[in-house]
Amino acid sequence: MDAILLQILNGLDKGSAYALIALGLTLIFGTLGVVNFAHGALFMIGAFCSVTLQRILNLSFETVDPTRTDFLGNPAVIKTPYVIDWFGESTGAAIIDWSVPLAILFAIPIMLVIGYVMERGLIKHFYKRPHADQILVTFGLAIVLQEIIKAFYGANPIQTPAPEALSGVVEVLPGILYPAWRVVYFCFSLVVIGAVFAFLQFTTFGMVVRAGMADRETVGLLGIDIDKRFTLMFGIAAGVAGLAGVMYGPINAPNYHMGMDFLVLSFVVVVVGGMGSLPGAVAAGFLLGILESFASMTWVIDLIPGINQIIIYLVAIIILLVRPRGLLGRKGVME
Amino acid sequence: MSITNLTRRGVLRTGAVAGAGLALPTYLSAASHSGFTNAPGDSTVTLGFNVPQSGPYADEGADELRAYELAVEHLNGGGDGGMMGTFSSKVLDGTGILGRKVEYVTGDTQTKSDAARASAKSMIEKDGAIMITGGSSSGVAVAVQGLCQEAGVIFMAGLTHSNDTTGKDKKANGFRHFFNGYMSAAALAPVLEGLYGNDRKAYHLTADYTWGWTQQESIAAATEALGWETVNNVLTPLAATDFSSYIAPVLDSGADVLVLNHYGGNMVNSLTNAVQFGLRNKQVNGKNFEIVVPLFSRLMARGAGENIKGIVGSTNWHWSLQDEGSKAFVKSFGTKYGFPPSQAAHTCYVQTLLYADAVTRAGSFNPCAVVEALEGFEFDGMGNGPTLYRAEDHQCFKDVLVVRGKENPTSEFDLLEVVEVTPAAQVTYSPDNPMFAGGQLGSCNPGA
Repeated sequence: MDAILLQILNGLDKGSAYALIALGLTLIFGTLGVVNFAHGALFMIGAFCSVTLQRILNLSFETVDPTRTDFLGNPAVIKTPYVIDWFGESTGAAIIDWSVPLAILFAIPIMLVIGYVMERGLIKHFYKRPHADQILVTFGLAIVLQEIIKAFYGANPIQTPAPEALSGVVEVLPGILYPAWRVVYFCFSLVVIGAVFAFLQFTTFGMVVRAGMADRETVGLLGIDIDKRFTLMFGIAAGVAGLAGVMYGPINAPNYHMGMDFLVLSFVVVVVGGMGSLPGAVAAGFLLGILESFASMTWVIDLIPGINQIIIYLVAIIILLVRPRGLLGRKGVME
Repeated sequence: MSITNLTRRGVLRTGAVAGAGLALPTYLSAASHSGFTNAPGDSTVTLGFNVPQSGPYADEGADELRAYELAVEHLNGGGDGGMMGTFSSKVLDGTGILGRKVEYVTGDTQTKSDAARASAKSMIEKDGAIMITGGSSSGVAVAVQGLCQEAGVIFMAGLTHSNDTTGKDKKANGFRHFFNGYMSAAALAPVLEGLYGNDRKAYHLTADYTWGWTQQESIAAATEALGWETVNNVLTPLAATDFSSYIAPVLDSGADVLVLNHYGGNMVNSLTNAVQFGLRNKQVNGKNFEIVVPLFSRLMARGAGENIKGIVGSTNWHWSLQDEGSKAFVKSFGTKYGFPPSQAAHTCYVQTLLYADAVTRAGSFNPCAVVEALEGFEFDGMGNGPTLYRAEDHQCFKDVLVVRGKENPTSEFDLLEVVEVTPAAQVTYSPDNPMFAGGQLGSCNPGA
């Protein structure tokens, strides 16, 4: 029983990442009609915002310690971070320790700007082009972005650890211990998903965006500059992907390829949820996350060898056969 | 009626194309006159360095390339000579190889077998490389080794740890200096017994490809011989990034040791996930739960950060060794690049010197002469103690290091501490060991 509960928890936190990325993908597709293959790269850039802030906070001045030697036998160079020098040992160390949560504030403006520049600078030129062109150009952009990150940060993963206070395990249910940061990630994803839905549901801006998603032409005829709002939605979608990346860093060390690792799965999530359906994307994200976790259980693999590697695609095929529009897909979208 | 639409330009164009077509095979096999592929001219010789310059192992590839450039510099008489001064064979004199200046071309394996073969093929056919070396994956090593055998050039493997490279996929033109899964297991087993006892239940997570399978087989056999029980072995997809759903079942399995047969990004993520789930602080069967990572790499250890502390594994070489060869190499490399070399850099540097030495001792670049010079060659002064290049399978037999993640590192490079230097005799196996069965070395191919 404990094993099943653990896999449900695993599925929920895997699903959190899928849902956040798929939510952004669906927002972009629903508003701008663009199939954005660079969305995984935005997730990766978010994670590297965290790496960047960590490096900024660890910027150090050097002093030579003649009592110690380096690997070549020369006097050792000791590095002391400026934040420790400025704020003292305990405060400075605490700031560095909490660099991932602080990176949320750091990443939001960066991701909004990147999203805005990406949409205005490149993607808007492809609105009226076929989906195949959009896929090609955004996929190319994703490769360019990941190569830029690799050129700056290298190919190896870089750890962005959770704060000490949140890096252990917590008892989520009697007798069930689970990593604290994964619980934080799940709660964080619920907050972000809730905030996006609330923004669309309860604000005038959101109401106009929803109207534009339903009938862009009519909204335009009413004198509303829907393009400007959709551009902002692209920025918000980039921000959601970026925040998902920042918070994912302590779960798996960021590397330049992490966006691609999630991209294909996230597209499957979007298709299973129903193209253009925000609730569908979120529901499918959690559903596929849980199924993937169960498929990795030992007795399941013993029963059907290799099921852990194909479960998501198998479920996608079955759902598309039974419900061609996906779980909550709308009529007329991508048909 | 006769065809009269021939033009002067048409005839010239057709003639040029036909001429080029006829000349091409001659160009590609220009060396055939010397009796072997890509025989060098009188002034230079070209080596092909085939390393991952893109993809997940690009950092290791970059370190390999640094080592190759350093080796070329030393062979051509530049720098401080590095290990040439400590190498037991003294035939290399800094004038290149057999009086020819060493030049090199590079290829990008991308850590993909097909890409690695394509770049090696290009270096052999277009650039005239007489020896191919490098790589950071067993899949790549096996693929390129096969290509070199067919093409008639020598392959000096880089970082490849699968038993198969010098087991069922061994080739007469291929040589491996790096250790393998069997040797890791043979070196680790006594240390694991000393640290954790002989009543343990081990749970294996294994990367689902040739290296993972052979390593798991080796470790399971060695630990079971101690009295350990292998509770389970779960194959994980190479593309997996989140291992939480594989770690969770470990908690209820009754196992008290988790063996991670993972390398690279897989290792960083699976170890991180295992630590997140509190395995390191867990008590099972009245014992502390332990994690073992049989193949360690300092570059990867850096990626795993704090999680590596206290974890036991094995490595081919480490920069902190204090023998004269290691000190000379670390000094050369560290002075040139500003940081210590990795084990990948070490094995690539050594392989280049060993090839140059074999050619010089043989007095010929002919691959069959080089094979003869390397087979059964015994040497020292290269950082791993007395070493034998065994004739039967072209595998080097030398000391293996058992290491542990350092609890209190003094610098960003000081991540691993050497727990034991396992003597070569303890990791040596017979050529007909079942774990290495299934292939034939065959005979050397000089190509042409």
